[in-house]
Amino acid sequence: MSSGLLFAVVGCLLFVMGLGGIILLDHLLRRILAFNLLGSGIFLVLVGLAQRSGRPDPVPQAMVLTGIVVSVAATALALALARRHQAAGGNTGQTDRTSPEERHD
Amino acid sequence: MTELLPNPLVWLILLPLGWAALAFWLGPGRGRILALSGITLQLLAALSLAADILHHGTVTHLVGGWQEPLGILLVSDGLSAVMLLLTQAVTLPVAIYACQYLNRENRRWFWPLTGFLLAGMNALYLSGDLFNLYVTLELIGLAAVGLVAVGGRSEQVAAALRYLLASLAGSGCFLLGVALLYGCYGTVSSRLLAELINVPTPPAVWLAAVLICAGLFLKTALFPLHFWLPPAHGGAPAPISALLSALVVKASFYVLLRLWLGPFAGFIAPLAWLPALLGSLAILWGSWQAIRADRLKMLVAYSTVAQLGYLFLVFPLFGTGSMALQVGVLQAVAHGLAKAAMFLAAGLLIKAGGSERVAGVSHAANQLPVTLFAFALAGISLMGLPPSGGFLAKWLLIDAALAAGQVWIAVVAISGGLLASVYVFRVLLLAFRDTEEGDRPRPQPVAAGMEWTAFTLAVAGVGLGLAAMPLFRLLEGVGR
Repeated sequence: MSSGLLFAVVGCLLFVMGLGGIILLDHLLRRILAFNLLGSGIFLVLVGLAQRSGRPDPVPQAMVLTGIVVSVAATALALALARRHQAAGGNTGQTDRTSPEERHD
Repeated sequence: MTELLPNPLVWLILLPLGWAALAFWLGPGRGRILALSGITLQLLAALSLAADILHHGTVTHLVGGWQEPLGILLVSDGLSAVMLLLTQAVTLPVAIYACQYLNRENRRWFWPLTGFLLAGMNALYLSGDLFNLYVTLELIGLAAVGLVAVGGRSEQVAAALRYLLASLAGSGCFLLGVALLYGCYGTVSSRLLAELINVPTPPAVWLAAVLICAGLFLKTALFPLHFWLPPAHGGAPAPISALLSALVVKASFYVLLRLWLGPFAGFIAPLAWLPALLGSLAILWGSWQAIRADRLKMLVAYSTVAQLGYLFLVFPLFGTGSMALQVGVLQAVAHGLAKAAMFLAAGLLIKAGGSERVAGVSHAANQLPVTLFAFALAGISLMGLPPSGGFLAKWLLIDAALAAGQVWIAVVAISGGLLASVYVFRVLLLAFRDTEEGDRPRPQPVAAGMEWTAFTLAVAGVGLGLAAMPLFRLLEGVGR
């Protein structure tokens, strides 16, 4: 197994775990961490692609850098909102899992 | 010296970024004049760009003079010009309305966030490569989430969090798809990919296409991935709901349309029934939820879920020689104008009636005739009654569906119009009902300026049906 393929497989695995976490987990902090796992999986795929041809390819590395900036910003926003949510609602950092249809009717 | 006066492409991104940063620097609640003049200039830039494209075709600009792949190529053709025009034309009246509507708490960071949202959307419509599309989608998502949470109430923050996680999951899928495409072809340029992707398509490209489409379905709130939309759009202050419902969801639809007709055109056609089927379910489910909604803004938000379904009905009609692209874009524009008007009108009805419930609109006929008229005109476009833009879109959709032998699409389109009339008339009947003098709530005064902005948008939505020819001329030659 070439290292590029190994990176891609592990990256996809992390991505699926992260996506599953965002969908299935209850606790807000865990869901935010799951999003970071998902992001890391994608970056791993991109880094693996960058070293595929023997010498480093700068374009995927530039993409990973941009992606990290975006994901740091998104994580910061999510954490700020989570704190606000806890302060305003007082519940233990859990999102409201009831469906919107039930909640508003 | 054309170098010193860069073309409108650059201004459409720089202007909102500039005034948003200045408004942020000025402090909470400030920057209204900056924003209004900035949006006006953007509207002029979009108009001049559209005129340019009508005469000379596609306009491009290499940012900073750097060549691809390290430089960023901005591209604008007829399709992106239409979306840019829609964005600026809806934002201007909404911003005027917001000046008077928002209270001190809601206004704190409204202007900077709106500016960043506009910069993201304009950059998205001008992007020529998939990675740039990803970055702009994220910019739009983050600004929109900030706008949902701007009120700071507990349920608004909860809706914003739900929206944020859904949006991040969607763009994550999109980015993995882009990574796989880069791995297969060594480029993310939309134009180059369209040339490189051949049949038979490798499985990795199929996987990439499925991931990208799934991510965009989630971001466009296609049934059953619409769960985040009603609380976010129904809970935010009215001008923000108008921006989100009229414009933000259209951005991810635009990306889907671009990719479907560009890089994916060669192999994705056998899957076209899927978005159409989900779109039909969205029309039925969204309309049903709108009919039984308890709160007025939830009614309008579920109506958005239903109307977004129409956008996806056109996918099986691509390549049948019909005007499928024109139909899809016309529906997006008509819905954008009508839904912005409807949310603005709903905000006024709630403010004047003092109740968020649908039942709170009683007496509106006497109290706010202009607002109610705006609501009704927007409803006409959503139902698809002539001569509105919605009518023209639905008429052409039914025509194209029958010509292609897809009768079920025509049936869904007609029943969606009937269902829309049920929830629109539910509000209008209540508004005209007269109850006893005693239980009449004390009317809250509403500034006339806000009523007329809602009215202007609604009239534009109806007038679109009479003046759609420039739009069709812009769309000639796109996607082929």
